[in-house]
Amino acid sequence: MKPQVPVSTSSAFFTISLILLCSLLLGSCGSSENNVSKGNRTGTLHWGNGTEPQSLDPHIATGVPEHKIIVALMEGLVLKDSKTLEPRPGVAESWEISDDGRVYTFHLRDNARWSNGDPHNAHDYVWSWWRALQPALGNLYAYMYFSIENAKEYYEGEISDFEQVGVKALDDLTLQVTLKNPTPYFLQLLDHYSLYPVHQATVEKFGTADQRGTRWTYEGNIVGNGAFQLRDWKINRRVVVERNPYYWNADNVRLNEIVYYPTENAITEERMFRAGQLHYSGTVPADKIATYQSNNDPALRIDPYLGVYFYRINVETPQLQDKRVRRALGMTIDRDQLTERILKAGQIPAYAITPPGTMGYYPESDLRFDPEAARQLLADAGYPNGEGFPSTEILYNTSEGHRKLAVAIQQMWKKHLNIDVTLLNQEWKVYLNSVSMKDYQIGRAGWIGDYVDPNNFLDMFLCNGGNNRTGWCNPAYDKLILEDAAEAETHEQRLAIFTQAEKMLLADMPVIPIYIYTSNNLVDPSVKNFSGNILNQPSFSEIYLESDNGGQQ
Amino acid sequence: MLRFAFNRLLQAIPVLLIVISATFFLVHSAPGGPFSADKAVPPEVIRALEAQYNLDQPLWQQYISYLGDVLQGDLGPSFKYSGRTVNELIAAGLPATAELAMYAMLVALIIGISAGVLAAMRPNTMQDYLPMSAAMLGICMPSFLLGPILVLVFGIHLEWLPVSGWGDIPGDKILPAITLGTGYAAYIARLSRGGMLEVLSQDYIRTARAKGLSEPLIIFKHALRGGLIPVVAFLGPAFAGLLGGSFVVETIFQIPGLGRFYVQAAFNRDYTMILGMTVFFATLIILFNLLSDMLALWLNPKLRQQAGGDS
Repeated sequence: MKPQVPVSTSSAFFTISLILLCSLLLGSCGSSENNVSKGNRTGTLHWGNGTEPQSLDPHIATGVPEHKIIVALMEGLVLKDSKTLEPRPGVAESWEISDDGRVYTFHLRDNARWSNGDPHNAHDYVWSWWRALQPALGNLYAYMYFSIENAKEYYEGEISDFEQVGVKALDDLTLQVTLKNPTPYFLQLLDHYSLYPVHQATVEKFGTADQRGTRWTYEGNIVGNGAFQLRDWKINRRVVVERNPYYWNADNVRLNEIVYYPTENAITEERMFRAGQLHYSGTVPADKIATYQSNNDPALRIDPYLGVYFYRINVETPQLQDKRVRRALGMTIDRDQLTERILKAGQIPAYAITPPGTMGYYPESDLRFDPEAARQLLADAGYPNGEGFPSTEILYNTSEGHRKLAVAIQQMWKKHLNIDVTLLNQEWKVYLNSVSMKDYQIGRAGWIGDYVDPNNFLDMFLCNGGNNRTGWCNPAYDKLILEDAAEAETHEQRLAIFTQAEKMLLADMPVIPIYIYTSNNLVDPSVKNFSGNILNQPSFSEIYLESDNGGQQ
Repeated sequence: MLRFAFNRLLQAIPVLLIVISATFFLVHSAPGGPFSADKAVPPEVIRALEAQYNLDQPLWQQYISYLGDVLQGDLGPSFKYSGRTVNELIAAGLPATAELAMYAMLVALIIGISAGVLAAMRPNTMQDYLPMSAAMLGICMPSFLLGPILVLVFGIHLEWLPVSGWGDIPGDKILPAITLGTGYAAYIARLSRGGMLEVLSQDYIRTARAKGLSEPLIIFKHALRGGLIPVVAFLGPAFAGLLGGSFVVETIFQIPGLGRFYVQAAFNRDYTMILGMTVFFATLIILFNLLSDMLALWLNPKLRQQAGGDS
């Protein structure tokens, strides 16, 4: 019998294999300098950025990874101080606020330019904000504009003339914004990317103003007004931004480049950080935190974060309709135990929905861990020692962290109230669907503030609030938030109204606050001027790198 | 042979149609839509988005227009990645995935064939048991375990190789190729051992031995060619499997390939992306199976006769 594979085939096969092998191995020759030391030399910041950005259009994007890139490429009228988050001049070098707190007049810098050198003026804001309020664009952050007079009415189609919306360019460098009510956090909103201006000529070059998914934000096309400009965007590989020479404060920007890596997997990102491939990682796997802490590793930075982890209660569930039952559930969660034994990353036990210290607001809460009083409440509600209490379900989106917490709470309720609770996990989108359809009994939830003001947490639970999702509705609460707080004359008065509202919320307990988030960042010691703040918002125009030998970039 | 290929391609059409239809209706029936988000989405936004992606039309109409687009090679826009088309995303991810599959195949062939031949040379001795036990271990070892172990040893402790990346840092392709290739190496080892054992018992090998040829010469010159036929037949499906199964390795090593898109698309309910990737992989698998069958036909005259008789 003859060999069946012709000689030429097998030798060709071996030749191809040899070439492939050589190319695989040849790639391994070269310098062993890692990204971090090389970046420190060249002024390149290597940034672990979570997932692949879905869009860099500030009026379409919604996620944190997108945010971290957009803040480098674009800038609003006002910036926030990277430590205190106080408003600082951005494109507007100064502003005046009318005595009634409703009219803001911004004076734009005469040296503000777009990254292609075009002059940047007040008309850009009028056009950009008009664009952001086009319903066809599908801007999920349109509500950030609703403190502006008639913005909501325009967005919802009640008025069709944009002239009636409270934004006007008085001249090239003066922008006047009229608000519906005095809004103490309005300046903060201006630093949110949804209120950033976009370059009209560029947007219109690639489609109409209200068209989603045009290519104006891609490399080679996008024109921004931020400290950096987009140089390269390779899908799932990297986004590279470089200094924008036309930026008004370009002389004080110290980084030359930022390379963002879309790393889907937190464990991979942490490994990349450890191997010196990244200067920064913002998604530290929970079980790695303890290791960094026990090693006293200075790379780990834990800071309070403007977000709360809580359980929603569907108040339409028969056994959860009585607020005494809901209070009893809230009073039998030992939050200290959860934060110290399970979470272990500096999280703060939460007894109210608004994180303490938000704009000087410290919620007054009578919520305590008090099993005895809770048992009494449950008995008063008709379930002495938990007898007759129907089995109740906790819904959470699939995640090991949520599961651990739910198991612990399940045990606490069994131990202290003698009630049976089952757990149900659902994949993210299925879970979102269940919660929005109110097809749940108790559901895990989280809320991260967009701006630092109690309003951002408390207006969630308005009767028709899209994020309420509990079925709870209290007109008195709505009046406090929508009318009284909006009309308050002083900051103290306003905070007092929020205190009253939050007490009302906690007394009815449609939501059980559990803990206040922390932001966990891994930051290489060579990264300087990285200030942890409660929004976990970096200021790339301030960050610089210091190499091992002390040289600065 | 041409007629055989043509027939097989004809058979592929209903297969693809079933795949598309099943996937289309399954993804549309999954709870949660592409535009649901943590923060409540106002109804007017949902309406605007659905209108833009034709999701406001009746399902059957969407289905027909999707089929029409697919026939023209247009897989539609991605719902999630604003402004990108599915074709563009596949084109962006394919090179890395294909390259990874090729290197993994190379690793699999080198390790697999060497182990298989070694084992077949002295069956039922330590030289057989050792590589075959290793192969069994390789088949059982999932890549989500092997990958991180290799990274810990060679990336973090020894610092010989990068822990992630693709074409960015020298040597960053080695660990992913080994991780993905190992499982296939194990299969190939067992296949080539079997093939070699069969060939080594043939008369012409006995003749070669009687002529006094050295053992390496017999193995490499005479036995290997025949012994590797089962491996060659395995290459087609294996390559399709490597292309479609690289998700875990792509995630561990941060490789900008197709696998990550596929899984993310499912999580995001990115309908067009899920469908596009499914159509693409289904076509690929059909093509590779066809290629591998044609290769087998070409190598094996007996099969060729049968196929000729059938057609």
